[in-house]
Amino acid sequence: MKRAVEKKGVNIALIVALVALPIIALFASLTLGRYEISLGSAFSILTSRILPIEPTWTEIEETVVFQIRLPRVLMAMLAGAGLSIAGASFQGLFQNPLVSPHILGVAAGAGFGAALGILIGGPAAIIQLFAFAFGITAIFGAYMISRTRMGSSLLMLVLAGMIIGAFFTALISLVKYVADPEEQLPTIVFWLMGSMAGASYKDLLWGAPPIFIGSSILLLLRWRINVLSLSEEEAQSLGINVQWLRWIVIIASTMITAAVVSLCGIVGWIGLVIPHVGRMLVGPNHKVLLPACVSIGASYLLLVDNVARAATAAEIPISILTALIGAPFFVYLLRRTGGKWA
Amino acid sequence: MIIEVKNAEFGYDGRGSVFEDVGFSVGEGEILSILGPNGCGKTTLLKCINALLKLRKGEVLIEGKRVNSLRKSDVGKKIGYVPQSHGSTFPYSVLEIVLMGRAPHLGLFSSPSAKDVEIAKEAIEMLGISHLMNRPYSQTSGGEAQLVLIARALAAEPIALLLDEPTSHLDLKNQMVILSFLEKLGENEGIAIIMTTHFPDHALSISHKALLLSNKGNGMVGNTGDVITEDNLRDIFGLDVRIISVKDGENSIKTVVPLRKGSFDRKQKLKGGIYNS
Repeated sequence: MKRAVEKKGVNIALIVALVALPIIALFASLTLGRYEISLGSAFSILTSRILPIEPTWTEIEETVVFQIRLPRVLMAMLAGAGLSIAGASFQGLFQNPLVSPHILGVAAGAGFGAALGILIGGPAAIIQLFAFAFGITAIFGAYMISRTRMGSSLLMLVLAGMIIGAFFTALISLVKYVADPEEQLPTIVFWLMGSMAGASYKDLLWGAPPIFIGSSILLLLRWRINVLSLSEEEAQSLGINVQWLRWIVIIASTMITAAVVSLCGIVGWIGLVIPHVGRMLVGPNHKVLLPACVSIGASYLLLVDNVARAATAAEIPISILTALIGAPFFVYLLRRTGGKWA
Repeated sequence: MIIEVKNAEFGYDGRGSVFEDVGFSVGEGEILSILGPNGCGKTTLLKCINALLKLRKGEVLIEGKRVNSLRKSDVGKKIGYVPQSHGSTFPYSVLEIVLMGRAPHLGLFSSPSAKDVEIAKEAIEMLGISHLMNRPYSQTSGGEAQLVLIARALAAEPIALLLDEPTSHLDLKNQMVILSFLEKLGENEGIAIIMTTHFPDHALSISHKALLLSNKGNGMVGNTGDVITEDNLRDIFGLDVRIISVKDGENSIKTVVPLRKGSFDRKQKLKGGIYNS
């Protein structure tokens, strides 16, 4: 009995930590950058929008916090949370901890959409719209390929996703090949490597809703994902409509991934690694794991983006950093767990 | 009747039927055992009963209603299914696994409530595995794992239980533990039980009815003692057996002894070594 109480105590501490982590990360990140802003004024500037506080800060500070840093910080957190929750859901759905939200070719599709948008010289809005639309197209293609009379099996779906991914990757190469090497090609290359630079409220205004909606659906379904992670027959015998539930999860995750790619390019490793960190902290139960992933993912990508923007004078593409950190960490996980992921 | 199967025929697409014209019924507290050689369709039949698979002909009735007309969640509420094995990628705890048995009672967007946890814990207690509650399922022994899966099926508070070879991978003691539990479950809770088994002894020991499925696809059903006879077993398995009684105090236990001599009929006789096919 005493042990149970103790365990609960630890759990509460963990919950508090997971709630506090992204909030602390948010305020700390607002102070980072070439223009120095103290934690106190960052906090006051933010709260002044809700509470009437006499300004003790300069107008420049307010502009830096509100117009430059906050949208970028929010975008990083949104993307990190979204990719992590989509990754955890996909790993549950595919009963495979090596799956990332990009497995069904969504990222390749969205990447092609963006490259195409850049090629035709469209404005940012067109690029984002293309990215989102082609991300959705990719998943639709995977669905059509995997569809059989009996519904689609997971194996068919993964294979279809690989095919779609390869197809769109080839199309991306084609776009790069025909793009103007002076102007368009570098833009495409940098865009595909992912970056939060240039984040604005306008981006968030249309990019955040799909991420919010997708994440909310996954959070609502989070306990059912446990059942979905059993074999198909077991899940069915527990009264679950597996085909239907599976597609709700896929569509919700796709909305998130496509929106993230359209906002900040292809950011790898987050959706793969963060769910593992979550499982190490709170266990495999998706009811707890998914909210934990939101917290850890948001904080982690924010941290990485801080390095990307503030570590050197030049901006470092974010996917380089996530891979450089993610790959060794994955090696550590692999060695530690012997591939059992427990 | 809780479960009725009428003129059931099943076959995979474009192939001949696995079984045909199979019919039986199982009432409250009754136990039916399904026996037959490998590949005769025991598991398939079980899956047709809870609508995991669809019959080609005939029908399955649950409390008089066609199983295919019921919603999936309603089938899940009424029929608990205990698969032969369970494999999960993720190391869920025993309690989390059993709690999943509540899924048919929960809405799409809901998580188990305190009451669901209570019901799951009761099921765990009923099987006497409370000490395993927080252990990862993957770290339980074969016997314990089987008990966990039965607890999960019972957590749905079903009126019928389907078990796919519940005693297959267990040691002698655990086989008896499961059998006694199932017998009590029928007697005390009135749950209708259908199980497949490779052990005629187990059918003789607890089941009221038995269904013998042959490789030719037809079945023989009736009271266990009438169906499991030396003649019928020889016909179905192509093997000579003797059924003898062993005294255990006041009870006498019937047991089936297979005779190895003449195990291979002409068609199956193997040339060279036994394993050289």
